[in-house]
Amino acid sequence: MAKINMLQAINDALSTALETDDKSVLFGEDVGHFGGVFRATSGLLEKFGNERCFNTPLTEQGIAGFANGLASNGMTAIAEIQFADYIFPAIDQIINETAKFRYRSGNEFNVGGVTFRTPYGGGIAGGHYHSQSPEAYFTQTAGLKVVVPRNAYQAKGLLLASIRDNNPVIFFEPKRLYRANVGEVPDEDYEIELGKAEVVTEGTDITLLAWGAQMEIIENAADMAAKKGISCEVIDLRTLAPWDMDTVAASVKKTGRLLINHEAPFTGGFAGEIAATIQEECFLHLESPISRVCGLDTPYPLIHEKEYMPDALKTFEAIKASVNF
Amino acid sequence: MSNATSDNDTVHRVSFLNKGSVNIPILRVLQADGTVYEEAVLPAIDEALAHRIYDTCVFTRVLDERMLGAQRQGRISFYMTCTGEEASIIGSTASLDDEDVILAQYREHAAIRYRGFTTEQFMNQLFSNEEDLGKGRQMPIHYGSAELNYQTISSPLATQIPQATGVGYSFKMQGKRNIAICYFGEGAASEGDFHAGLNMAAVLNSPTIFFCRNNGYAISTPTTEQFAGNGIASRGPGYGMHTIRVDGNDMLAVLAATQQARAYAVENNKPVLIEAMTYRLGAHSSSDDPSGYRSKDEEAKWQQHDPVKRFKLWMINKGWLTEKQDIEMYDKYRKEVLKELKLAEKRPLCMLDTLIEDVYDTPTPRLKQQLKSLKKHIKKYPDSYPNSKGRL
Ligand SMILES: Cc1ncc(C[n+]2csc(CCOP(=O)(O)OP(=O)(O)O)c2C)c(N)n1
Repeated sequence: MAKINMLQAINDALSTALETDDKSVLFGEDVGHFGGVFRATSGLLEKFGNERCFNTPLTEQGIAGFANGLASNGMTAIAEIQFADYIFPAIDQIINETAKFRYRSGNEFNVGGVTFRTPYGGGIAGGHYHSQSPEAYFTQTAGLKVVVPRNAYQAKGLLLASIRDNNPVIFFEPKRLYRANVGEVPDEDYEIELGKAEVVTEGTDITLLAWGAQMEIIENAADMAAKKGISCEVIDLRTLAPWDMDTVAASVKKTGRLLINHEAPFTGGFAGEIAATIQEECFLHLESPISRVCGLDTPYPLIHEKEYMPDALKTFEAIKASVNF
Repeated sequence: MSNATSDNDTVHRVSFLNKGSVNIPILRVLQADGTVYEEAVLPAIDEALAHRIYDTCVFTRVLDERMLGAQRQGRISFYMTCTGEEASIIGSTASLDDEDVILAQYREHAAIRYRGFTTEQFMNQLFSNEEDLGKGRQMPIHYGSAELNYQTISSPLATQIPQATGVGYSFKMQGKRNIAICYFGEGAASEGDFHAGLNMAAVLNSPTIFFCRNNGYAISTPTTEQFAGNGIASRGPGYGMHTIRVDGNDMLAVLAATQQARAYAVENNKPVLIEAMTYRLGAHSSSDDPSGYRSKDEEAKWQQHDPVKRFKLWMINKGWLTEKQDIEMYDKYRKEVLKELKLAEKRPLCMLDTLIEDVYDTPTPRLKQQLKSLKKHIKKYPDSYPNSKGRL
């Protein structure tokens, strides 16, 4: 097993997908010969030819509509949106079309073969147009699956599962981990089941829940809490839509407490949905209010990025507050 | 023209129009050696205007060279140059009235400089310090100034295009003899916003100039993979819009075309599309390395069409500039940029309170509460938040 970074793992998954499915096509801005601005598609044009891996004109709306068309006619469309911040020009195609193709046609047609990959998140001094975490805009839309990997191993397995899933998937890649996260990734073809959370660390006092790049943050916070004698159960949600309520609820029934961390703003963020559901499911087991450590209700800032971030210290403080409620 | 066809429009055998059906000439006034084509008509330009233009060229060259260097030294996080495209940008801005509103893409800092943005203002934005008009919220190069009628840059591409149509229309409604000018790259012209913006401008009669810098690449994507038609100009007539294609490395051609485009737009309340054929001499941005997608030969060929040199030769031929003056100008700006850079670097960043400002006209109760608990947290762990430490 080789130690590779997340970008290499994604590249590996894309290569495997193209190899194992001759109807699959990979495209987006600068993904051709150049290999994408982050280099996730390096070498794939050379390997699979420019009919299956190519640059598109600069139009996210066009990319999404084109992907829908391809998939509606039997192809597997893997599209890159260069930054999650630039997925919004495609939002009509994704929300009104991708998500509802199957439903509106009584399954005469579907675009289950569509996967949109896109780098998301902050921590890279990118300001508000290179740092957003727009997952909640998509989790509210029935018909879309939303997936976020936290490391290189997951990136490969979850991406392959997303591409092969018979539903459209939006696959958010934590860009600040692209090169920072290096881990063992099997050479062979493997998938990680969508819709299943992973219990990363078992614990007894409080459940900490996050996804993607914020997993590193809650794991750090759990280490800090451990030094104060607090035992945290750490869960990675991995798939946000549909999300694994059973795993989270079982954990909260055990620990009696829940903290959810995400980088997107607090108001309307996906943590609100989880908190409301778990409160219903686990009401009689809760020993303190469910807490949310999130971004602020401002656009993603530049100079105050550190202050804005739901970092390990803020999470640690919230853990203590919850345990000492 | 309406959709009703007269007999004159009718043929009786299938015959398709294609890319070659549209022949678009390119306006060129200056020759490579700085002399003017015999049959060319000069734009309105006197010595003072020529100097203001050339001064902007020199400043921009110096700024780009120095700030790219500063980025490599890690003093700023990011930078973008307009090297090679100065004639397109400055020639067009110099044709405008100061009250005309500029909506730029991101590579048009020469335009805001032409309007009077000071070296100090540039540095404050680039270093995101507390004097930055944008309060340190956007990445370097996202300039803007209400005083100079230059709307603040937004990174999502092409969003400014339909906005420009709205700005132009508002001038018409207000009875002002002004226009909006909108800059964008040939890559951005693939976005839906481009089509929406131009179509609305043509249909609603908005006095707006759409200025496309066709510089050959959108990051790594060459024009051959961006569009299959005859550039961007060929679309103008399709929208029913006055259109012209110019040599974007020819200051006088850009000036002439934009002066007349502006006059037409103001007189008739109509939009104009200008396509400037140029070349991005530098990398896309400080995060990009063009050697991965284009040849050194190609770049070298375009070096020979340097728009600043061509204009300089013309000024020298006119007796308006000497080599000695030229060297002194570069020297002066190198010193000025370095001095202001050092000053800006030392200025503090905005106070934390600005984090919740301008989200709405006044911060909501929720935002105030979030700021309050953030401050409490920072007071507890000051060392983890060095920008705010001791400045709450
Ligand atoms: C909506 C959107 N999609 C993608 C990007 C990423 N991006 C930034 S610049 C750029 C290329 C723009 O090329 P062009 O319009 O030709 O202008 P140039 O850089 O050549 O001046 C891309 C793809 C973006 N900023 N906004």
